[in-house]
Amino acid sequence: MLTVNFLLLGAVLFCIGVFGVIARRNAVMVLMSVELILNAVNLNLIAFALLHGAVDGQIFALYVIAVAAAEVGVGLAMVILVYRNRRSISLDELSEMHG
Amino acid sequence: MIAQASADSINVAQNVGFWIVGALMIVSALSVVTTKNVVHAALWLVLVLAGAAGQYVLAAAEFVAVSQVLVYIGAVMVLFLFGIMLTRAQIGRERGLNNANWGIGIPVALVLLGLLSWVAIDAFGDQKLPDRGPTPTEDIADGVLSPYLVPFLALSFILLAAAIGAIVLARKD
Repeated sequence: MLTVNFLLLGAVLFCIGVFGVIARRNAVMVLMSVELILNAVNLNLIAFALLHGAVDGQIFALYVIAVAAAEVGVGLAMVILVYRNRRSISLDELSEMHG
Repeated sequence: MIAQASADSINVAQNVGFWIVGALMIVSALSVVTTKNVVHAALWLVLVLAGAAGQYVLAAAEFVAVSQVLVYIGAVMVLFLFGIMLTRAQIGRERGLNNANWGIGIPVALVLLGLLSWVAIDAFGDQKLPDRGPTPTEDIADGVLSPYLVPFLALSFILLAAAIGAIVLARKD
């Protein structure tokens, strides 16, 4: 199998995730797109771990998974807080701070 | 003889499996960012995450694959579904999931994809991945507990802080 297979699949998932972050208005959907981006990064880490025959890439991938879990926990808590205060999680309504 | 042949040729079954799972992941990821239904988006995301776990198995990273299934499909997806159901009264199709200027995302994503693909193909054009057996979990444990111990402790602290922070944020006073 070619190294570039994994890198191309990771690139496609990353770009789909970036599109989701830009295009979506619902905060939960933006968090899902961020998960897509993190998975693309993990694919690359695993591919390089296999290429170099070292476990370091796999350990980084495990750490990324743990950080992603923490991020989703805090992110969804913030989304629920915003929803409780405003009855909406539309990101383009959170515009009090624009100049 | 057979081992010699497979060492310098491409493993066809592995490649076919990779692209089948990869196509499934790409279609599911496109559905995540285009579907009109928030719950369906979460379920499509499950397919992407499961496909990623399959790719990890193909890349001889079994422990990461199992962690992916446990943490992402088991825990993170439940969190997402809770988040959707706590913030949405209605379950079903709804309008206005996209920004007014969502079209900007398409050229940005395409340019980024072209750039990343060009760099990847230019750098790793025809480099083959070696055929390796399963990674011993013992090696991962040695790595986590000796050279990467400090990041591991920092990560434990991050998880603790995230758990406390989530409780503090979401608590009703």
